[in-house]
Order: sequence, then C-alpha cells, then structure tokens
Amino acid sequence: MSDRLVVNKTYKQFIGGAFERSESGRSYPVAGAGGELLANAVQGSRKDVRDAVAAARSAQAGWAGRTAYNRGQILYRVAEVMESRRDEFSAEVARAGDGCSYEAAAQETAAAIDRWVWYAGWADKFSTVLGGANPVAGPYFNLSVPEPVGVVGMVAPDEPPLLPLVSRLAPVIVSGNTAVVLASERCPLVAITLAETLALSDVPSGVVNILTGHRNELVPPLAGHVAVDSLDLTGCDAELAADAARQAAATITRVVSASAAERQWADESAQSPYLIDAFCETKTVWHPKGR
Amino acid sequence: MTDDLLSNCRPILGRVTDLLAVETSAGSADAVAGVRITPVDAVGLEQRAALLCTRSIKTSSKAAALDLAIRVMDLTTLEGADTPERVEALCTRARHPDAADWSVPPVAAVCVYPELVPVAAKELADSPVAVARVAGGFPAGLAPLDTRLAEIAWAVAAGADEVDIVLNRSAFLSGRYQKAYDEIAAAKQACGSAHLKVILETGELGSYDQIRQASMLAMVAGADFIKTSTGKIGTSATPAVALCMAEAIRDMAEQTGRAVGLKLAGGIRTAKQAWHYLVIVGETLGSGWLTPERFRLGASSLLNDVLMQRAKLLDGRYQRREDFSVD
Repeated sequence: MSDRLVVNKTYKQFIGGAFERSESGRSYPVAGAGGELLANAVQGSRKDVRDAVAAARSAQAGWAGRTAYNRGQILYRVAEVMESRRDEFSAEVARAGDGCSYEAAAQETAAAIDRWVWYAGWADKFSTVLGGANPVAGPYFNLSVPEPVGVVGMVAPDEPPLLPLVSRLAPVIVSGNTAVVLASERCPLVAITLAETLALSDVPSGVVNILTGHRNELVPPLAGHVAVDSLDLTGCDAELAADAARQAAATITRVVSASAAERQWADESAQSPYLIDAFCETKTVWHPKGR
Repeated sequence: MTDDLLSNCRPILGRVTDLLAVETSAGSADAVAGVRITPVDAVGLEQRAALLCTRSIKTSSKAAALDLAIRVMDLTTLEGADTPERVEALCTRARHPDAADWSVPPVAAVCVYPELVPVAAKELADSPVAVARVAGGFPAGLAPLDTRLAEIAWAVAAGADEVDIVLNRSAFLSGRYQKAYDEIAAAKQACGSAHLKVILETGELGSYDQIRQASMLAMVAGADFIKTSTGKIGTSATPAVALCMAEAIRDMAEQTGRAVGLKLAGGIRTAKQAWHYLVIVGETLGSGWLTPERFRLGASSLLNDVLMQRAKLLDGRYQRREDFSVD
C-alpha cells in the first residue's frame, strides 16, 4: 500500500449550527503537552461574538418552548453520541494542554458523558424542586416557576479541556437557555470536537455556539453585549473577571462563577440542580382558586 | 442560451426604441430625443454589484452613512391592518426616529395607503417629512385607468407630496409599450406638482434587459423617481437590480440632462444592506444622487436596525433588538 497523504481536521468555530472560520480570517497555533503543534485553531473576533449572540438569541425562544422532556431526551442523546466517540475524545484530552495518561483522559471523558446523563434526568424535574406551590393566606394558588434567563455567555476554564466545559454547559442549556461559549484558549480543540457531537445530537442550531480565540479580545465584547442575559466567568482570571463584571453591570447582566466546591470537577459537588437555578429567573403567579 | 436571449431581445429592443422615437417627437419629449437602450451584460452587472457590496466602510464614514440612510428613508406601512393610530405613531417616529436621541435626523417621507393620507398629512404638516402614498391600483396596477387616475388626483388633493404608482406589467410584458407609457404619462399629469414614483416591480420583469427597458420607458414617460418593488412579492430589490436601474438613470442623465431619482424598496432590512446600496448609487451616479431629492430607501423594519447600529457606534456595545421599537 502506498503512503497516504495526511488528512488533518480543520477545527472551526461552531456558530448557528455551522462550522465556520472567523470573519477575521485569523488562526493561532495550539501546542500539545510536548510543545508540538496539534493544529491551528480559529482566532475569533468580536464580530464572531456578535454573530454567535445573534444566533443564540434567535434560537432561544424555540429551545425554551420545547417540552422539558424533549430537552432531556436531547441532552441524553449528546451523551449517547459522545459515548460512541469515547476513544477519540480520550485521545484528544490526553494530548491537550499539559497532557495526561490515556487512562486519566478516558476517566475524564466518561465523567463528562455521565454529567450529560445526570443533567438530562433533571430536565423535567428541576422546576418541581426549585419551584412549586407557595402557601399563602387567601383563596389563591401561588406558584413559583423557574424560567430560563435567555442567552448565557460562558467562559470555559482553561484546563482540564472537557469535563469543566460540560459541567458548566449542561446546566445552562437544560432549562432552555442558549449559550455562547468561549472555549479554553489553551486547549480549544476538544471543545470543537464536542461541538461536532452537539451538531449530531438534535441540539437545534444556535442553542450552543462555541468560539475559540484569545480571552482578552473576546470576553469584553461578550460581557458588554446588551443581548447577553447572564455571564458565567468561571474561566476568567481575576483581572479579566472584574473588568467583565463591570461591563456586565452597565447592562444589568447577571454574573455567575463556579465556587471552589464546584471546581472539584470530578466530584459530585460539581453537579447540582442549584447550578440550573443559577441561570433561571423565578416567575411567581397568583391564581384565584375559590374556597 | 445567449443566442436565444439576443434573438429574443433584439425585436423588443427595436420596438422600445421605436416607441421612444415616436413619443420623443411629440412635445415634452424633445429633451429625451435619441435615448438609446443598450443590452445589459448580466454576468458583468452581477459581478460589479457584488464587488461594490464588499467595500469596507470605516467607522467615521459608517456614522455618516447611517445618518444618510435615515435621511433618505421612506418609512412605509402598507398593511391591511393599518389604523389611523398606527399611522400617527409612524409619523412621530418619522420626525424623531429615536425618541431618546433627537440628534437623529428625520426620515424623508412616510409612505401609506390612500385612505390614511389625511392622517399623515395632518401629523406631518409642520415638519420636513413628506407624505407619500401608493396609488394607481397598488400593488398590481390592474384597476381601470379612470379609477387609478381619480385615486391619484384625490390623494394629491388630500395632501400627498409624492405618489407611488405601479407600472402596468401586464401591458409591458405583453409588448403593449404604448399603453404602459400612456398610463404613466396620464398619471404624471394627474399628479400635478406632486412627485411621481413609478414602481417597476423588478421581480416580475424576468431579466435585466427588461428592467432596463422598463426604467427607460418610465423615465421618458415622465417619472420623477423609478422604484424597484412593491414589497408585496418574494423577490424585491437586489444589488444587481439597483445597479441596473442606476445605470439606466445615469445613461438617461448623460443623454438628455434630465436627473431622475431612484427608490429601492422591498427586502432592505439591515444597515449593512443600506450602505451597500449607498455605495452602489454613489459609485454609479455620483454624490449628487445621495440626497433625499434623488434617492430613497423604502422600508419598514430597516429603521430599527439602523438605529441599533447607530447606538452601537456611539456606545461601543452590541445592542439588543428588543430595545428598539416594535414597529
């Protein structure tokens, strides 16, 4: 057999259900554990942020309008599709960033898949746990229901490359939010592979948008965007997070960041229905019921 | 294919040229004697239009372009559900497009159905905003001619400054050019001092050659403006159609010295589209055409996007569509 030419994958951004290069045409090299070149990733621009937010915005009402049961099915489907590509994910995780053994990478991949399953189960249950009928004096029902805030801008932690991203993303979208995710700057490739599984898992276009590039360039326009309703700054360093929070304050955007316990990514403390609640707004209604 | 096109076009071109020659020998047409209608290079036209739409516009020019887009806008509402209150609200927006920022210039005109002209005329009486109305059996143009002319005269009497009529495509497409021409000339007469805009409905004309011929026919017949579309069919203004009509206007001006205006309407929803059209018109006709007297953008949802981009330029933040007016 003759030697084949190497066919390398181009890791492109995931915006509105399509894999696209940056509007700016730029890219940056991504190094592996040994300093070797893994691939060139897209270096997104503020206009890509704008396009991604527009895509997330237009997808939001439709996603929130689906039944909770259906959203749960779709999240479970993401787990199914990831499961069938476990080896690929494990290999990518093992060579990303500082690198780790294949066994450790396989463990991280399995934990990420299990996390999707865990949140898929919560899809049609969290509103009962977090909301419910409130006891009031008078002939009324008083009901509290958690509703998605809308578009969530997320800055994923740098490392590890996969599990923190899934741990933060799943609770955001399970309630009907849509997300614009800035992938890890150092290990962006696994996030794009995750985007490929999302694209194959009946997640509607625009519900998850994943951008790659430099944080310093992408966080300010994302944080300042008036159409972003909530921000998860878990992946930002203190200085960038403070700046983003100031931007967010000007447009009354809720800012969330993972607690120390939630950053124990492999532990059960990293998953909680209260994380779903962090990206919900509680609506309370009064309804006359008679005596 | 090319041969077919040419052999189909030649007799048509001949007939239109004949028509123009006949009409131009009579009275008012002196000024347009000898107008030539050359065939259109469709591939070249589309390529040039696409090229002009890639022009990069820098921030300071962008701000000027957005203000210009507002100043040349015909804010339009042409729906069965139009009420006097809705038109009043539209007129308020026309005078001050952004309620929070009075530095935003007023739009050029408000475009409504005939019945609502008195409402708009009253609201805009002491403002620079003109009242335009559609008439002449809009949007098909197939009502009896007497009815259409009476409709125009009534609207002008009711206070319309500008009248938008439609070309009789039925006559034009079946080769009855004289009939199409006579109807526009009669409408021009019925308009009196009001400006006459002739809608070609380019989406129904079939080819760039036909668009060019229809443009010439309308201009020779007395149109003050030629306009792309009614906005009532799927295909409306495109960059190539705008360029085709702008070139017809340029040739008309070169050959006769008469400056006819261009109005683009239908499907123009984003500020980016608006400044692409400004580039096309500026490059083809010169900056003399970038004024409300000679260029208009007919739109209903465009204003919101222009205001949104304007706010983005001033504020530095990307804006949210929901923060701008619903209508």
